[in-house]
Amino acid sequence: MLKIIDLKVGNIGSVVKALDYIGAEYELIDDSQHLIGASKILLPGVGSFDVAAKQLIASGFYDALQRSILEEKIPILGICVGMQLLAKFGYEGGKSKGLGFIDAEVVKIECKDDTIRVPHMGWNSIDYGLNTFEIFDGNDNDGCYYFVHSYHMVSEDQDAVTATVQHGADMIAYINKGHIYGAQFHPEKSQAVGLQFLRNFIVQC
Amino acid sequence: MLRKRIIPIVLLDGFSVLKTINFKTRRNLGSPITVLRTYNTRNVDELILLDIDATIQNRAVDKFTIADVAKDCFMPLTVGGGIKTVEDIRDLLSKGADKVSINSAAIKNPTFINEAASQFGSQCIVVSIDVVKVDEIYKIYNNGTIIEGLSLSEWINQIELEGAGEILINSVDKDGTMAGADIELASLVSSKSKLPVIYVGGISSPSNATEVAKTGVSGLGISSIFHFSNITPKECSDNLNENGILAR
Repeated sequence: MLKIIDLKVGNIGSVVKALDYIGAEYELIDDSQHLIGASKILLPGVGSFDVAAKQLIASGFYDALQRSILEEKIPILGICVGMQLLAKFGYEGGKSKGLGFIDAEVVKIECKDDTIRVPHMGWNSIDYGLNTFEIFDGNDNDGCYYFVHSYHMVSEDQDAVTATVQHGADMIAYINKGHIYGAQFHPEKSQAVGLQFLRNFIVQC
Repeated sequence: MLRKRIIPIVLLDGFSVLKTINFKTRRNLGSPITVLRTYNTRNVDELILLDIDATIQNRAVDKFTIADVAKDCFMPLTVGGGIKTVEDIRDLLSKGADKVSINSAAIKNPTFINEAASQFGSQCIVVSIDVVKVDEIYKIYNNGTIIEGLSLSEWINQIELEGAGEILINSVDKDGTMAGADIELASLVSSKSKLPVIYVGGISSPSNATEVAKTGVSGLGISSIFHFSNITPKECSDNLNENGILAR
């Protein structure tokens, strides 16, 4: 069963609604004990890195996820701040520790000129480079996804592959390392292409 | 590259959809659910729903309407009207809103912006500004009164400092006129602010939408031409794209 982690720090209603719409079976959990038996894990994220990171530790999900992801190799998809939490550190609200599954840090988007506004808010296309990502199957390569974030992940991880989004600089829009997946965009707010992305995570990953 | 957003704006009086002219003359347009469903199926970039009587009537936006709209809405939904407390915001977000638009409460107490942004994140907090032009000077307008002693540029600065995530700028003079946008106002606010800016008021055609997009604003709020003509959000996006401005 797909388990959705509710850290109780932001509204995850949109993600739940999207999964209902595509007919996915899931269990919403706020107790880290209930992570046992998950076949897949979804970590949505709304709010700031530091608050979510603190809550990960306080709720026991930090330790539970280390087991599920590193030992049991259960596929996980992090969305927005949920993706950022897969990194080692984040700097939003001061430096705090993430889950550390990806050798990466989460830093503020720099405004290099007046045309680059922060938050990076709105619809943007994704550059897949030379990669083919099955999780995007069924969507056009020039399809747009909805982004809203002021911080972005910078990865040094040699084992991770990424797709990027352009806003002043190339930023990570999507990252994959084995059974670990992260989307900086909000699939649950990206109309049909977003729903297809979620469907693919459930069916293929 | 980030696309310019074409955003239908739906005004409510608590029960029905309506459209104003210069924030005064009103025309009733029926059930919000029907109107909003139409936009939903048209695959628009985003929706903004504002209850323009909530503040004056000292009530909140109808939660059932929001929940019903949000049910199969897989795009960002901004809701505004009568928001005064962090609890009001929490309530709307739990009903399916992604962002909230604050206006009167922010003018009364600017630190409310900060309180809301630290609680829910900047990305969630839109500050809406109504503007009238008096003797060639843009003034802030709120529920029928011009706010003296607070200049537009001061207010924009303060909104940013308090941690808002987006600015929604409404031209009262152009509202509902379909006579063309106030390009000068759009340029002014866009250049003064580092935040994403959504311009609203008077957009008369897809080509007029393109003119507004050229000012650097991030989004175009459009209401009347979608309600009263055959022009669709897609025609506006297409016009932007044809003129070299990326839209979705």
